[in-house]
Amino acid sequence: MTIASQSPTQALVAAPAPATPPAQRPPARRRRRLSQNRWGYAYVAPFFLVFGAFSLYPFLYTAWVSLHRTSLSNIDGGTWVGLENYRNLLQSEFFWNAARNTLTIGILATVPQLCMAVGLAHLLNYKLRGRTFFRTVMLMPYATSIAAATLVFAQLFGRDYGLINTALEAVGLERIDWESGTWSSQFAIAVIVTWRWTGYNALIYLAAMQSIPGELYEAAEIDGASRWKQFLHVTVPSLRPTILFTIVVSTIGAVQLFGEPLLFAGNGTTSGGSSGQYQTLGLLMYQQGWSNFHIGQAATTAWAMFMIILLVVGLNAVIGRLRARADR
Amino acid sequence: MTITLPGTRTTDVRPVTARGGRPRRGRGTRSGKAGPVTYTLLTLTALVSIFPLYWTVVAGSHTNAELAATPPPFLPSASLFDNFAAALEQAPIGKAILNSVLVSGAITVGTVLFCTLAGFAFAKLQFRGRGVLLALVIGTMMVPTQLSVIPLFMMIADLQWVNQLQAVILPTLVSAFGVFFMRQYLISALPNELLEAGRVDGASTFRIFWSIVVPVARPAMAVLAMLTFLTAWNEFFWPLIALTTANPTVQVALAGLGSGYVPQQSVIMAGTLLGTLPVLVVFTILGKQIVGGIMQGAVKG
Repeated sequence: MTIASQSPTQALVAAPAPATPPAQRPPARRRRRLSQNRWGYAYVAPFFLVFGAFSLYPFLYTAWVSLHRTSLSNIDGGTWVGLENYRNLLQSEFFWNAARNTLTIGILATVPQLCMAVGLAHLLNYKLRGRTFFRTVMLMPYATSIAAATLVFAQLFGRDYGLINTALEAVGLERIDWESGTWSSQFAIAVIVTWRWTGYNALIYLAAMQSIPGELYEAAEIDGASRWKQFLHVTVPSLRPTILFTIVVSTIGAVQLFGEPLLFAGNGTTSGGSSGQYQTLGLLMYQQGWSNFHIGQAATTAWAMFMIILLVVGLNAVIGRLRARADR
Repeated sequence: MTITLPGTRTTDVRPVTARGGRPRRGRGTRSGKAGPVTYTLLTLTALVSIFPLYWTVVAGSHTNAELAATPPPFLPSASLFDNFAAALEQAPIGKAILNSVLVSGAITVGTVLFCTLAGFAFAKLQFRGRGVLLALVIGTMMVPTQLSVIPLFMMIADLQWVNQLQAVILPTLVSAFGVFFMRQYLISALPNELLEAGRVDGASTFRIFWSIVVPVARPAMAVLAMLTFLTAWNEFFWPLIALTTANPTVQVALAGLGSGYVPQQSVIMAGTLLGTLPVLVVFTILGKQIVGGIMQGAVKG
């Protein structure tokens, strides 16, 4: 998507017009157009039926629910409360706590991850023995589910029996109660996310790197640019659309972060630690809806999450446009 | 991304099959051979990638006290199998694996079929509203799962589907990424002349799809199938809401394991391993293809 979308106008200019039959046979063309017309809808219908019933309708209905006081035990009989849920949400310290945690965990989990992924992609782009091996192994965390990964890392970060604390003690440092601290727990959760996604993003960057024209590097070499300069001034700018894309995707993922904080405590509570030190918006929504049974309030949180995503995507689009304009 | 894309009517991405045809070197990789530093860093990364999975095996075969010893054990032991048995007894892992196979299998078949149909229409058929509909498809990639979960839950509660597998299959039966992926592939892989020839021969639209489009689309369908199966197997949020540990998928069973009713850490780890093994086995066999699929998806999708 990224590469295709970076220059829509160019693509339109470059691409030949889609196979329109020669103009001297208007009747045939007309007949074909009509038949294509009807069948086009038939082919996309299954997708849109499922999509409409299970995505679009629920998406819009969530907005409706968020304007009601609705409980899980009586989900169809809510009372209209207008914007009260939104007012409550904005005044709730739980919401701001979760929003803050989501932001800090999000930064901790995405920034180092994407930087490492670019570096890894650069390494994978060399002529390598065992190329397939390295690529496949780096993708294994991606194939591991959130639940499995979190359970293993909860064990590794365990206070009493965890390998990480054993290692810290072995080198003369203090044991850390990872789960109970604010920064330590958020760091640990960010590690899980980073572990699962770095390899995946590295492959995305690698694919984009391989489509950078070699002439660009040749030109840079003629200009006497060092390898590092080439990386900085050829590779990174060429990757910009891909980087923007991965930032958007990672941000959407970070806003929805749920499974890791839910399972990290190891006791199935939805509070995100004893003082909510790692409760995220996704977890808060789940708690409101399925622990406290306030479905209306949960729907409000869901919409707040969507607004945040829209904001981030919008900002990225604006930055992307401005940069593209500046380059021209 | 979503705003600019709909304008892109045709793109210049090549089909997978054409990839081998273009010169590989001189494109991107002018960087020459990897040095020892590169190999060291990559080996370290590979170790970090594998270690937590290996540790599942170790932690699954030792008690807490054994794990806390200095130095800790670094090799698995035979008690892993006892812990497997305990995990199967204390958590519904067996049933969960069966359920996950059913659910992921159904989702994969549905997604590949529906996305190929829609991808073909968006790639090769002209119909009014095509651009708007495609924009709608792409726009949905942005919508978080959480936004539809509440009404979905109301729906399945009304239908008495809570704890039933169709509740997790039906909503996941299509994927916007899949439609876009198939469209991008078919635009360039399926020559218009082939479709014309089919039409001239008087083949019905359904026959054209079945005997011309599907054979051409098969490599991309295989990639989409692998990625869809993996995603469906690992799906967490919605199954956790729609199902309980009475009739779980693997992820729901693992969430149950992690919620504290099994006191023994080694049993939890053994259960985690059991629930992850099927995917790891598939990944070991098809890893190369999955890597290729993700890299194609990166350029196309």
